Amino acid sequence: MQGLVPASVATVAIDFSYLLVAFLFIMGLKAMSSPVTARRGIVVAGVGMLIGTLMSFLYPGMGNFPLMLVAIAVGGGLAWWSGRIVAMTDMPQMIALYNGMGGGAAAAIAAVELLRMASGAEGAAQHGPVVTALAAAGAFIGAVSFSGSLIAFGKLQGLIKRSFRFKGQQFVNLLITAATIGLGAWIVASGHPTMQMVVGFFALALVLGVTMTLPIGGADMPVVISLYNAFTGLAVAFEGFVLENAAMIIAGIVVGSAGTLLTQLMAKAMNRSLANVLFSGFGEGAAVAAEGVTGALKPIEPSDAGVMMAFAQKVIVIPGYGMAVAQAQHKVWELCQLLIDKGVMVRFAIHPVAGRMPGHMNVLLAEAGVPYDLISDLDEINAEFDTADVALVIGANDVVNPVARTDKSSPIYGMPILNADKAKNVLVIKRGQGAGFSGIENHLFYLDNTRMVYGDAQKVAAELIQAVKAAG
Amino acid sequence: MIDGFLALYLFMLAAFTGHEIISRVPVILHTPLMSGSNFVHGIVLVGAMVALGRADTPLEQVIGFIGVVLGAGNAVGGYVVTERMLQMFKSSGQKKKESA
Repeated sequence: MQGLVPASVATVAIDFSYLLVAFLFIMGLKAMSSPVTARRGIVVAGVGMLIGTLMSFLYPGMGNFPLMLVAIAVGGGLAWWSGRIVAMTDMPQMIALYNGMGGGAAAAIAAVELLRMASGAEGAAQHGPVVTALAAAGAFIGAVSFSGSLIAFGKLQGLIKRSFRFKGQQFVNLLITAATIGLGAWIVASGHPTMQMVVGFFALALVLGVTMTLPIGGADMPVVISLYNAFTGLAVAFEGFVLENAAMIIAGIVVGSAGTLLTQLMAKAMNRSLANVLFSGFGEGAAVAAEGVTGALKPIEPSDAGVMMAFAQKVIVIPGYGMAVAQAQHKVWELCQLLIDKGVMVRFAIHPVAGRMPGHMNVLLAEAGVPYDLISDLDEINAEFDTADVALVIGANDVVNPVARTDKSSPIYGMPILNADKAKNVLVIKRGQGAGFSGIENHLFYLDNTRMVYGDAQKVAAELIQAVKAAG
Repeated sequence: MIDGFLALYLFMLAAFTGHEIISRVPVILHTPLMSGSNFVHGIVLVGAMVALGRADTPLEQVIGFIGVVLGAGNAVGGYVVTERMLQMFKSSGQKKKESA
């Protein structure tokens, strides 16, 4: 097959363009590490992507151009449309979905390469064992990321309502992992894999992604999403090696290592190891934690709570997943603006794993229009609770539970928390009286200085606004 | 072009780069970081294009086609949502300037 331009010219041009792509990606990601330059960063990386895609049409010896254009239009068009309409509260599942697509694409590349080896087609590159092993490893990781991310999407979207757990589940997962790796090794060792081997290999890897993700609960999703992001990066890098594509190798590894670091950060913020998140269902054996609760839950009317805040000097707001569910971020910011106009100092305290993806709460607050300099993370804000008159907890639970500091028998002992209990008064907006995701009683709710405001976060925020206005 | 030890060096240097770029990021930027890196691995699209471009049999073409659809979805979707989120991040100073 003849390429679009002479092969020698095309190869040099493509190599140079990929160098540029790698440079633009790294500059873009670098810019994304500061809120001031982040917007520019994504545009820079976007230019890189555009250059890389356009230049790739020049690859020597390529055909199927009509198919290619249709595929880009279909995939890109659907993603464009869905990306524009998705609500900010649904962002975690969309990112999981796009990430899974990347993993699937990496697996598809490997599938084509392995099938070409299997068919022994004329002119097909007969890869050596190292390259075949990389192709298989990328296929494995990419396929797990693909099906795993789809399950994560289903869970976050509410399509899959419960976590599936059964005895010996870890053993079954281990067995599937071993079988997949074994089959992969056989493919590499044989040098000429059969069609059945390739199909079986992919089927097993896809099943593993499903069985691995199904038991993982919603609150662990920040860890899972960033882990699969790292997985996809690695898979892309491995397939980049197979295709001798430097842009894929560099971009994939950079993302893989960045994603790994982020995953570790997330796991650390929950005081759990990655293995613990993946392989043990949370909440099992947590029943004992209800002991030692003294006092009672003390409800308060929104009108009284509003007055309390209106006359405070300093209010720290702690949003959690409940705020996202109730879409309350706009009302909450409206409330805070009223307080600020009254001369109250308002700060937002964000726990690293609040919500369903890393930084979820920051996105929602940004959507509502909260300037980012009012938002603090755990280390910055924890010293300030002593001087706060009111800590307003909105739909957060485990991340403010003081037993993480005090009760060694608690499953969340040692997890870094926001010290809301140190504030003079604590207001908790909560839908009902149930325990949090982990099933652990929250001792914060029973403290003498805590008052509970029951109801949907958006409705309560609206009532608080009225109360603050009425307070003059 | 890239073989043997050279590839290992590339792996290693890129891994350090990734680690270096994003260590010490504030929590507020975890989402742009993750979403942005999610977009960056959308470069898998070019690999999928090559795979489809070289595909001969109908089966290879089907898988290659799926690969390009998925890769394009990753790249475009990742860009759109990251851009949408980032344009919302503003400081108090920027807000005052806008309303003024």
